[in-house]
Amino acid sequence: MDSSQLIGITTFTYLFSSLLYVGILVFKAERQVGKAATFFTLAALIIQTIGIGLRWYESYELGIGRAPLTNMYESVVFFAWAIVAFYLFLEWKIKTRVIGAFAIPFAFLAMAYASFSSVNKAITPLLPALQSNWLIAHVVTCFIGYAAFAVAAGLSLMYLVKSTVGDNIRPGSVLDSIPTLKVIDDITYKSMIFGFIWLTAGIITGAIWANSAWGTYWSWDPKETWSLITWFVYAVTLHVRYTRGWSGKRIAWLSLLGFISVLFTYYGVNFLLSGLHSYGSN
Amino acid sequence: MKDKNSVWSFFASVKLALFTLSAISITAIIGTVIPQNQKFGLYAQQYGDTAAQVIKVLDLHDMYGSWWFLGLLGLLSANIIICSIDRFPTAWKQMTTDQSGIAIAKIEKMALSHRIPAREKLSPDEVKTVLKNEGWKLTTKTSDDGTVIAGQKGNWSRMGVYLVHTSMLVIFIGAMIGHFFGFKASVFLPETRVTDKVYAAGHRSPIDLGFELRCDFFTIDFYDNGMAKKYVSGLTVLEDGKAPFSTEIAVNTPLKHNGITFYQASYEGYKDFVFKLTDPADGTVHTFIAPFQEQVEWKDKDIVFGVVNAEAFRDHVTRIKIWFKEGNSEPVEFWVDDNGIQEVASVSGAPYSLQAKQMYATGLQVAKDPGVWLVYLGFFMMLAGLYFSFFTSHKRVWIVTGQGREVLVAGSANKNKEGFEKNFTTLTDKLTDKLA
Repeated sequence: MDSSQLIGITTFTYLFSSLLYVGILVFKAERQVGKAATFFTLAALIIQTIGIGLRWYESYELGIGRAPLTNMYESVVFFAWAIVAFYLFLEWKIKTRVIGAFAIPFAFLAMAYASFSSVNKAITPLLPALQSNWLIAHVVTCFIGYAAFAVAAGLSLMYLVKSTVGDNIRPGSVLDSIPTLKVIDDITYKSMIFGFIWLTAGIITGAIWANSAWGTYWSWDPKETWSLITWFVYAVTLHVRYTRGWSGKRIAWLSLLGFISVLFTYYGVNFLLSGLHSYGSN
Repeated sequence: MKDKNSVWSFFASVKLALFTLSAISITAIIGTVIPQNQKFGLYAQQYGDTAAQVIKVLDLHDMYGSWWFLGLLGLLSANIIICSIDRFPTAWKQMTTDQSGIAIAKIEKMALSHRIPAREKLSPDEVKTVLKNEGWKLTTKTSDDGTVIAGQKGNWSRMGVYLVHTSMLVIFIGAMIGHFFGFKASVFLPETRVTDKVYAAGHRSPIDLGFELRCDFFTIDFYDNGMAKKYVSGLTVLEDGKAPFSTEIAVNTPLKHNGITFYQASYEGYKDFVFKLTDPADGTVHTFIAPFQEQVEWKDKDIVFGVVNAEAFRDHVTRIKIWFKEGNSEPVEFWVDDNGIQEVASVSGAPYSLQAKQMYATGLQVAKDPGVWLVYLGFFMMLAGLYFSFFTSHKRVWIVTGQGREVLVAGSANKNKEGFEKNFTTLTDKLTDKLA
């Protein structure tokens, strides 16, 4: 058993969990499969955790010895891990499984991208610049933030779908089983706050790392600039929410805009622009 | 601050903040798309003359340092300062005012309130003990209408937002101090050479270090697949009146001296070789630079030597073939690994120890940033402020006793009201147990 097999099992289990969660939503089968959905998701998360740990161990076997958080493949796997961990925390906290249909598919898509696309899956050695403990702090903090924003975006989609249908929701229909708009709005906001704090920590740890490696904590590198743009989008969202009382659809759209910015910061910058983070693209 | 004019309220407004944050976000994109700090001709080539002219006029080739972008950052700072001055006194009052002075009629009307039927002749001390055990900070006021015990928790939560906003200013100030009183520079320092100057980033003007820096050696370790694993420079600081101080730096572990930091950034391999010959007579080490296939002389010893051949992987020499002749004896030729040591027989008997390696120059990034500690302080303040703002709340309770048989409990929180309701119920339950 090696780490790639475990990560493969994880990918398929997230697919299965996604189907279960969508089933809960569409067929209102929470009573029948609710526990199974949580069980398989949690099991996949544990297998994935072991897989990531094993990959770390394997890197030592290869004489490289580094945390499994350093290239596109590993970061996507960790992104999926963080989404599921954050989602399960939410499920436990607010005691509803319907949101899973809007969160776990993100994790599956991330894993599918990692497994089936052409990204390099090999455990490669680290360039000297990446050999720093700040690397772990930077990647972990950023991706916890990204995961919370991903779940917030899923919730916002749910909000927009439900609010578009408005008063025409038939009792007992699919949309009827979704939490009330007020509840979704509240969880979206809280997820964004959580993500914002971690993104802040992610930018800060990145700046401290850059300063210890190059002597400059901020160089307006495209990745840095885009992370700041993302930070501002969420800062604006929190301000309009807190000081101007925005809620509902407008916050949902801002949450989606923020997540697009996250995706561009994470993925788009590597492929469309050039800069310090170019190693993240292989 | 009482006579608020329209200019003041403009600069204190959240609207301005939203405008500035959005404007910075949108314009910041430009600099990620247009390559920064290139030669003007390149823009003309890539975008055409007209567009290049626009780029020049609006400083888009260095947009993060342009007057209008710095203007936006300045506007944001002014906004933060004035908004904070505008709102801080109210928040400070809410945080520090003694809440026991509030009118009982007002307490009775609070949204979250609860009445507990209690024994006659209740002592406020009993109530206080329960509250104190729960961590409430208490003040008490007794009047003819009864005794008001006011408790509060987490009042510092109200400072969170000011801490976050101030942290941004602290970071800006730190960045400005770094910009005006520090420098970014670089230097290429070949092995065995000494420099007392580095060269400013961009305009390349020399900057005096105030001490001398010598590169003793530079080495690269490789992984099995040929990727660079570690770059190491041996550096010695030479300062008047002080003992020389040697250290090794690598990427992520810089050298700091007199507020100037040296970072391992790059290197350059030469076609020259560094020789270290140890004199068997007294053990002294003599250093020579030998260009490829050129003779070098050690006159005192009547020795001539040189590199006749070398093997390399990419631009890194792996083996060196050396030619060595002392006096009239037969010359010898031998291979050594790069940085390897070889003993060479001498006329006098005891052998010379010879060490040879390819000569490198280490590329050092040099920075002096007297503002960086403020930036780090700002980072810390920002995280602490965000924590206080979002994860703590200012909670208040009032308990009125002495109104006949009932005890009135009321409470409020400025954030997380659902969470506070749970706390409130637990508190009233405890009081009920104790008093009923």
